[in-house]
Amino acid sequence: MEKQKAPIDHKNAVIRVHGLKKAFGDYEVLRGINLELYQGENLVVLGRSGTGKSVLIKVISGLLQADAGTVEVLGQNIDQLTTRELQALRIRIGFSFQNSALYDSMTVRKNLEFPLVRNRRGIGRKEIDTSVERVLEAVGLAQTINQMPSELSGGQRKRIGIARTLILNPEIMLYDEPTAGLDPITCIEINELINEVQERYKTSSIIITHDLTCAKQTGDRIAMLLDGKFQREGSFEHVFDTDNARIKPFFDYNFIK
Amino acid sequence: MDTTDTTPIIPKPVKQKRFAGFRKSLTDFFASLYNINSFIIRFFKEAFLPPYEFKEIIRQCYETGVRSFTLISLTGFIVGLIFTKQSRPSLAEFGATSWLPSLVSIAIMRALAPLVTALIAAGKVGSSIGAELGSMRVTEQIDAMEVSGTNPFKFLVCTRVLATTLTIPILATYTGLISILGGFLNVYVNEGTSYRTYIGQVFDPLSFIDFTAALIKSIVFGFTIGIVGCYQGYNSSSGTEGVGKAANGAVVTAMFLIFIEEITIVQITSWFR
Repeated sequence: MEKQKAPIDHKNAVIRVHGLKKAFGDYEVLRGINLELYQGENLVVLGRSGTGKSVLIKVISGLLQADAGTVEVLGQNIDQLTTRELQALRIRIGFSFQNSALYDSMTVRKNLEFPLVRNRRGIGRKEIDTSVERVLEAVGLAQTINQMPSELSGGQRKRIGIARTLILNPEIMLYDEPTAGLDPITCIEINELINEVQERYKTSSIIITHDLTCAKQTGDRIAMLLDGKFQREGSFEHVFDTDNARIKPFFDYNFIK
Repeated sequence: MDTTDTTPIIPKPVKQKRFAGFRKSLTDFFASLYNINSFIIRFFKEAFLPPYEFKEIIRQCYETGVRSFTLISLTGFIVGLIFTKQSRPSLAEFGATSWLPSLVSIAIMRALAPLVTALIAAGKVGSSIGAELGSMRVTEQIDAMEVSGTNPFKFLVCTRVLATTLTIPILATYTGLISILGGFLNVYVNEGTSYRTYIGQVFDPLSFIDFTAALIKSIVFGFTIGIVGCYQGYNSSSGTEGVGKAANGAVVTAMFLIFIEEITIVQITSWFR
């Protein structure tokens, strides 16, 4: 299914990354990343495993510190924020983890309630229940409310992980490999969910993936990460309309001819 | 043609290599000490600043107590019973079996109750904390907590350390009482001493300093179990192997430190007697 285009405000960048560098020991993963994510846009970062895609969004969300460069999220430079300010900013960013990262010891309901109860002190029971039901319906899993994460399938876990981030009405969504380890049908369902989330919650998103179907279905813009830098950027067709020997095979191997 | 290489073999600079390895170990050791120190300082900085996690602390206290309750009850009772049974022949040689209750109470309240409780808790609670936090770390649950606007250090570490620090003294007191009960069983079976007489004899030789020392010990042991378990789990490396190492490290390190603390506190309290 083709993505329904939501309006993108090209004058309003919600994330600005400039000259971002990050190394682990001697291995320099990111070597000067420049990136802008516009209001209402879905940006897909494509790349092979180990190219630093996840590192990029972890730096953007403040989970990792950059070695060099600036990261500005919703007008705030994350390096200059105090712990409390960073915490407040994070509430406006939703982060969907590769393995969903659901709290094992809590039911689906408790998982969803957790960010709400923690960040909105004094919130009433009725409001909590309404919010939980709303996000569960948004991801189509209202029936799982009392189940434990271990009782859910991979796709369901992904959906609940997304629902948990949606409960705080984020302005930005960061998806780390949303379709990794899922069957093709579930992948398509997750891609549709990403688009639905964007339309319903008016979010701007960065989607980290190496799945071209996901990239094509969800991305307004694709950025190809190779050797720690964006090598090619633009529409899906533009990115793969190349003879570059390192980009072309990525396309060929994804779609079996 | 003889192709044997006749060039003299130059021995490798083994000593230098060994020295380099030693230097690395030493550096790693001091780096670990620095990290542990930073972890403890962070705990004191964050634990006593609002917002307070009272609900989670109470939940963790309950978890800590419940996890160890059965094992501590059983071990405490057996320790008291066996200690009395084993001490009896030695005292009987001098016709001093009437001193058994005093001997039992001094040994249990001064040393055995806090130590046995701490060792059991290190095994049950410490390993559980290490494994739980380690698992949360490798499955990105701690990161998820952080990005959802919650301070995971405060929520996971501070609450667990405070819980063990508060609960271990209560458990140690309980172990002491249950051990004394175990001792009573042996005394009653052999001498028919009444419970009232036994209790009178048990508490008679104990002084304020004995209770204070036992309390301080238990608090220190509880803090050690909590902080070591949390440190190992919170900083565990990726993968399931990391979780196992965190659980194992939590038990081994905590037990080692408990023995060192026991010796140190015994030495310090002996100056006040």
